[in-house]
Amino acid sequence: MTRHEELVETTLALIAGRADAEVYADVGTLSLTRFANSFIHQNVSEDVAEVTLKVAIDGRVSSSTTTHTTPEGLAAFVDAVIDSAAQQPVDDKWPGIGNPAEYAIVDHWDEATADADPVDRAMAVKDFVDAGEGMLAAGFCQTESQGHAFGNSNGVRVSGRFTTAAIDGIQQSPTSAGSGHAAGSRIGALDAGGVGALATQRARDGARPIDAKPGEYEVVLSPECVSTIGIFLNAYGFNAKTAEEGMSFVELGSQQFDESVNIWDDATDPRALYVSFDIEGTPKRRTDLVTDGVTRSLVHNRRTAAKVGVASTGHAVPGGDVFGPFAVNMFIGGGDSSVEALISGVERGIYVSTFNYCRVLDPKSLVVTGLTRNGTFMIENGKITDAVTNLRFTQSFISALGPGNVLGVGDDARFADSEFGPLLVHAPSMRLASWNFTGGADG
Amino acid sequence: MFDHAELAVQGALDAGAAYSDARVVIAKAETIHVQNQNLSQLDRSEHAGVGVRALIGPSWGFAATADLSDHAVRAAGERAAAIAKASALVPGPLMEFADVAVNQTFWETPHTEDPFTVALSEKVDLLVAVTKTMQGVNGVKIATGNLTFWDTNKWFVSSQGHRIHQHIVESGGGYDATAIGESETQRRSYPQSFGQYETGGYEVVRGWEFESHAQRVAEEAVALLTADEMEERETNLILEGSQLALQIHESVGHAIELDRILGWEAAFAGTSHLELDKLGTHRYGSELMNITADATLAGALGSFGFDDEGTPAGAVDIVKDGVWVGVLSGRDSAAIAGLPPGGMVRADGYNRLPMVRMTNVGLLPGTGSFEDIIADTDDGVYMETNRSWSIDDKRLNFQFGCEIGWEVKKGKVGKMLKNPTYTGITPQFWGSLDRLAGEDEHLHWGIPNCGKGQPMQVAHTGHSASPARFANVRVGVKG
Repeated sequence: MTRHEELVETTLALIAGRADAEVYADVGTLSLTRFANSFIHQNVSEDVAEVTLKVAIDGRVSSSTTTHTTPEGLAAFVDAVIDSAAQQPVDDKWPGIGNPAEYAIVDHWDEATADADPVDRAMAVKDFVDAGEGMLAAGFCQTESQGHAFGNSNGVRVSGRFTTAAIDGIQQSPTSAGSGHAAGSRIGALDAGGVGALATQRARDGARPIDAKPGEYEVVLSPECVSTIGIFLNAYGFNAKTAEEGMSFVELGSQQFDESVNIWDDATDPRALYVSFDIEGTPKRRTDLVTDGVTRSLVHNRRTAAKVGVASTGHAVPGGDVFGPFAVNMFIGGGDSSVEALISGVERGIYVSTFNYCRVLDPKSLVVTGLTRNGTFMIENGKITDAVTNLRFTQSFISALGPGNVLGVGDDARFADSEFGPLLVHAPSMRLASWNFTGGADG
Repeated sequence: MFDHAELAVQGALDAGAAYSDARVVIAKAETIHVQNQNLSQLDRSEHAGVGVRALIGPSWGFAATADLSDHAVRAAGERAAAIAKASALVPGPLMEFADVAVNQTFWETPHTEDPFTVALSEKVDLLVAVTKTMQGVNGVKIATGNLTFWDTNKWFVSSQGHRIHQHIVESGGGYDATAIGESETQRRSYPQSFGQYETGGYEVVRGWEFESHAQRVAEEAVALLTADEMEERETNLILEGSQLALQIHESVGHAIELDRILGWEAAFAGTSHLELDKLGTHRYGSELMNITADATLAGALGSFGFDDEGTPAGAVDIVKDGVWVGVLSGRDSAAIAGLPPGGMVRADGYNRLPMVRMTNVGLLPGTGSFEDIIADTDDGVYMETNRSWSIDDKRLNFQFGCEIGWEVKKGKVGKMLKNPTYTGITPQFWGSLDRLAGEDEHLHWGIPNCGKGQPMQVAHTGHSASPARFANVRVGVKG
């Protein structure tokens, strides 16, 4: 029995029939090597061992998380959570705990990544830095290995493991910066030198930026930008809680997006990450969110699903009772155009490498303001011409991907570093008909 | 607990570290969330463990574990040293480390009512009551309330002899009403959009008199659905204190972080428009602008006794009469910049690396009152409570949205305006500060969700502010 499975069994045994209970345990290591000014300045590694317990006594619910994983620590923890639940009012929307189910066989694990040490990460950083040829490099290399287990008092038992690896950084000239990124489940698949070279090229190309006049532009967005759009669609739209509250844009069955837009969540895809079950023990299955531009589904946890009488889609996440469910294996479908082909079709437009500091102005229409960063370029007559200083935009992400507005989808889909993390959305480049830039660097 | 920390430090020293420090942390939290009178979340957590730093030559290493057995904490120290050695494969300049006084002491947040001993039923009943009041207003679809309490014990030990135990208590919460129209949502909240948090016990919650404002908040949320849109133009902008607090946080607080100025956050959080050689001469704003970073303010969310490098909490001038004069720093960044260490380094739990974080970065009060400012404004807009915030990686180009606005005409507050936004460039914006209310309306606003670092860390920061007016600001920016 693995340590994470053992923690689940020990915790459930301590419940001793006093409550309905679900237990989630995660055990592993997260290591991250950070560099700036072309040297490693922060370098960390953390052993993770955590147990989350949710109990219900006649509909009185309480949950808690602890790192006290000794037998004595867990015994005190279990008693405290049960005591806490007993003091609560009845939660009349408590959906109960799940029943045994079938799980997909998923093992997004790589032994070399699990065994990666600080020297492995430092060498990846060195490759990235060296690719800068005198530019100032900054970024991080991360490796992670975790085992997760779930069990509940209805007899559900499931466990899994995963690894992740990422290299992400920028190269900086005195007047510009360019970014590069790669991520997945295997450190051996990260081409840190290649990522550093891309960042270097973008920084070189951006060395003499001009100011672009604000206004509507056709754009080609990198996978990083598209992944950020994906996060917003996910959190504010496909989230069944926001939909139930009337705050989501989603209209199931409607052609809300261009027919070239396909979005789904699938933990079983060989490219995916993480495990085959969510924190409520629900099996994850492929969930088609948008097919050929038609919005098809929401993502649910047990609470949102029970409210509308459907089955959970396996998207419960920590904090989900408040914020709702979330898709953690989101794929935005790729196309067949190279990035060069996307650019070649643009008569006058802007290429954007990265978005920065995006925030929602209105959640229902998904109007978002943010900025460009680390490589913004003017496109004229099908070619990148001048570099452009960073621009502010205020844009509805729904209308940007709306019917007729997606003019091309790239063949370069990969895990891209959204503004909210590097391992959440697998996305391609996109060419969009219109993007509303509302201000330049000078306001 | 000091023994665990000392064992971790010894492990690092024995493995070759020239300097090491360690923190054993036991952090408790309780979050209560009520939506539409239903308890939707009661969550408690307790995270305990040790985090240890090792410095070898120019390079740092950090390791953390939740296993507090002797073997594990010593191994964490050894691992931190091994990581520091690996860091030297991509080395930087020799790392200096500014001296600070060695203290062996105990410090505790002043508080009168332990929030963890207040009955859960009292806390839940408070939130159920305010959501009931808000739901009683026709048109309110979602009424939520939340309370969060933190109780953190930290035992800090360094190879230079520090032994500091701190007990920090933080409390707060808030609530909001959401009205949903045909194609829009409108929200009002109290005391501010993220809730109001302070250092202190349950007396913090009692002090904000939650029940007294729920009706108004709900009515305003509904009224916003039919209010006029704010017209896009340049005009006088009057900001309420909590929005000004976030303005300070984003356009001053982050910009003056020395690690950003030195480029250490370039790839993620970003850098700063500030250049060290202009410290003491750069004009940040108008002469009304006086900003301090003060970790000693009673009740403010960014207050503590010692930072996570053992430096005593203090107060420093950041902007004086509009001129930039200070930074937020730690022992290594200050030494590189040739400045005294500011004592502004903190970590989000035992398992995160201490880094430069805001303490209480606040705008000192001016004179007069909010009413005086309104009376003195012939034409302008007034905005309250943050709804969205966005700023570039140098902390120059920003755009904020607020929950609610009003036109101001001939010295009086006029009709309500919805979706108010404003945008600007940091030095020009602060240069346009021309009225600032006084001590009576000066509050220590708390921000509980400041993100920075990789892996991500969340810090609790304070920002004192009173209402203020800015001239010729672009408002009403549309999508």
